Amino acid sequence: MWENIKDFASTFFVTGDPLIYGADVSIALTSIAIVFVLTYFKKWTWLWREWITTVDHKRIGIMYLIASLLMLFRGGVDALLMRTQLALPNMKFLQADHYNAVFTTHGTIMILFMAMPMMFALFNLVVPLQLGARDVAYPFLNSLSFWLFLMGAMLFNLSFVIGGSPDAGWLSYPPLSELSHSPGVGENFYIWGIQISGIGSLATGINFLVTILKMRAPGMKMMKMPLFSWSVLSSSIIIIFAFPILTVTLALLFLDRFLGAHFFTMDLGGNPMMYVNLIWMWGHPEVYIVVLPAFGIFSEVVATFSKKKIFGYNSMVFSMMLISIVSFFTWAHHFFTMGASANVNVFFAISTMVIGIPTGVKIFNWLFTMFRGRITITQPMLWTLGFIPCFAVGGATGVMLAVAPADYQYHNSYFLIAHFHQVLIGGVVFGYLAGIYYWWPKVFGFKLNDRLGKWAFWLWNIGFYVCFMPQYALGFMGMTRRLYTYGSDTGWDLGWAPLNLISTVGAFLMGLGFIFQVWQISYSIRKGERDLTGDPWGGRTLEWSIPSPAPMYNFAVEPQVTTDDAWWKVKEDRAKGIKPAPVKYEPIHMPKNSAIPFVMSVCWFIAGFGFVFDWMWMAIPGLIGVAICLLARSFSYDTDYYIPVDEIERTEAALRGRTV
Amino acid sequence: MSQHNTGHEHASGESHGSLKSYVIGFIFSIVLTIIPLVIVMNGLLNKTQTVITIMIMAVLQLIVQLFFFMHIREGEKPRWNVMTLIVGIIIVLTIVGGSIWIMSFNSTVQ
Repeated sequence: MWENIKDFASTFFVTGDPLIYGADVSIALTSIAIVFVLTYFKKWTWLWREWITTVDHKRIGIMYLIASLLMLFRGGVDALLMRTQLALPNMKFLQADHYNAVFTTHGTIMILFMAMPMMFALFNLVVPLQLGARDVAYPFLNSLSFWLFLMGAMLFNLSFVIGGSPDAGWLSYPPLSELSHSPGVGENFYIWGIQISGIGSLATGINFLVTILKMRAPGMKMMKMPLFSWSVLSSSIIIIFAFPILTVTLALLFLDRFLGAHFFTMDLGGNPMMYVNLIWMWGHPEVYIVVLPAFGIFSEVVATFSKKKIFGYNSMVFSMMLISIVSFFTWAHHFFTMGASANVNVFFAISTMVIGIPTGVKIFNWLFTMFRGRITITQPMLWTLGFIPCFAVGGATGVMLAVAPADYQYHNSYFLIAHFHQVLIGGVVFGYLAGIYYWWPKVFGFKLNDRLGKWAFWLWNIGFYVCFMPQYALGFMGMTRRLYTYGSDTGWDLGWAPLNLISTVGAFLMGLGFIFQVWQISYSIRKGERDLTGDPWGGRTLEWSIPSPAPMYNFAVEPQVTTDDAWWKVKEDRAKGIKPAPVKYEPIHMPKNSAIPFVMSVCWFIAGFGFVFDWMWMAIPGLIGVAICLLARSFSYDTDYYIPVDEIERTEAALRGRTV
Repeated sequence: MSQHNTGHEHASGESHGSLKSYVIGFIFSIVLTIIPLVIVMNGLLNKTQTVITIMIMAVLQLIVQLFFFMHIREGEKPRWNVMTLIVGIIIVLTIVGGSIWIMSFNSTVQ
């Protein structure tokens, strides 16, 4: 009996590596600390009522933000581990298989569990406020999306202490990810972690598409909508069409592993290349999913801090919608070297270059917006200014990669690594950080400290170039990606080592930048400049017309919109002495909190965990739980309520009293 | 106000087709699933015929889903559902056609 338990534990838990034991201890200590603090301060019911069961988009946004920052930390630690291993030739810091696991989880976490939730955080925190709406179209679904994402992310993260991490690359290409080459549970964690959170992502895409089409304030025509909302619309469209492809592809891989099917195996008619083809049909649109909202953020930030209307609004809208369609026609550029016909490569090379055009249009529009504007260099603006040159270079190297014959040289070299980090960090991370700094006062009611923020920005920005510029050169020198070590001959004679060392220094500078941001947040919570006006930056769009943080119902009275930059118009009218119409409150219809999303997501987690270990006694009850939750929701009719007028009056008096 | 709450109110109030249409749709979709299954499990047709049958069943299934469950005919103007459907069809054609085109190198290789 005891032997059996020991035997089980040694395969169930990951053993052997001191780094993992360290992680085990820190996870245990953190969990104990959280439980202790919640119990000691009697916060369990508060947590349940105010956060876990909430359907309020603002709170869900905050939870997404916290989760994404935690994942940024984990993905960042993975990156630093890799850079440490590569700093010098013949390093013995990580074992080969551990290195494989680290680069796999780094990629998957950064895209799916860091970039996506940070994007959803901004969707949730901003879009309903920009549209003048009281919540998203489907608040219940919104909560479900969040909890599914979190459970998927937790399942994925669990793999490194229980069962073993996936180690077949961030897209898990077969045949390496098939049972024949990865018999462990790592790939199962990959599949189920992504599948469960993927349902949430798809639902969020649908939710925001409907919110934007149906919930805009009266008078806000589509072409009067703020550009961030437009970017969310285009991103949501891509989500709706791209995520089902991912789901199906991973489901087929799961059937291969679970039921012995042969979609992507090497034998019996399977074709691993088909997986590569399918996964990039999602994978390429995915990068536009995450970058389009960043474009939206820059448009808001540039207009606000240049004190000008955005230059070329129509062309901005048109280029975003064009990107969202053309992004579906470029996927094969990820595998030019696969050996498809020359015609295929030509088509996808050209379509890839074509998609650079609308992106270039947007860059010029931002520059023209700043041209002769009254620019104030605030933190959001700083990140925007850092983004423009970085993204321009990243875009240019992208066009280099798009040249199919030349790609045979660049393919899977560090040149590619440098390119996509430049567009993903320079574009997506800088963009989301700009957005977080910009809307932070709206969400939390205080600004983030400027001095610490500038330190963080410069560390990130300089660290970025120090880290990735040498990697372009390393790519040309023949260093391929996923290489876990190199000999002192290539290291010193071919000159890899100095460049790798410089790159590692850059990575740690970015790590330091992140620490500054953590410091900045914790400092500003106590001492940050409070936002009493609700409009700390001189904003142009509706979210700045209400107090910060926004009351639960967002808008006490539905705003009437007549132009674009609706709040700017109101402020201009006030300056001219035009009195706003007298305020008359009406009861506000709101959705009720619900525990079903959380319970259902936990059931999904149980089912996923069961499938990972092939434990049907666990997977089937989990799925039954999911079905019961679906039924329970279908038959619950008491899902909404009205906030009475006197309560609105009291809340508004308290908030506005502080405001005026 | 009223326009704003459509999202919540639709859930309980308005009718989205009758029980009868749901049952018919359900039966159709089951039948369309069973036909290819039976053909494949019992090896009733040769390979080309099987593939063509499966594809036809898949397209019919799509139509059943759209009409009986997705309510493609309902909805007020502007016809967002029709616009989305058109984009969806373009994407589906891209996926299928593109995959065949890209993967056709396989036949020359083997």
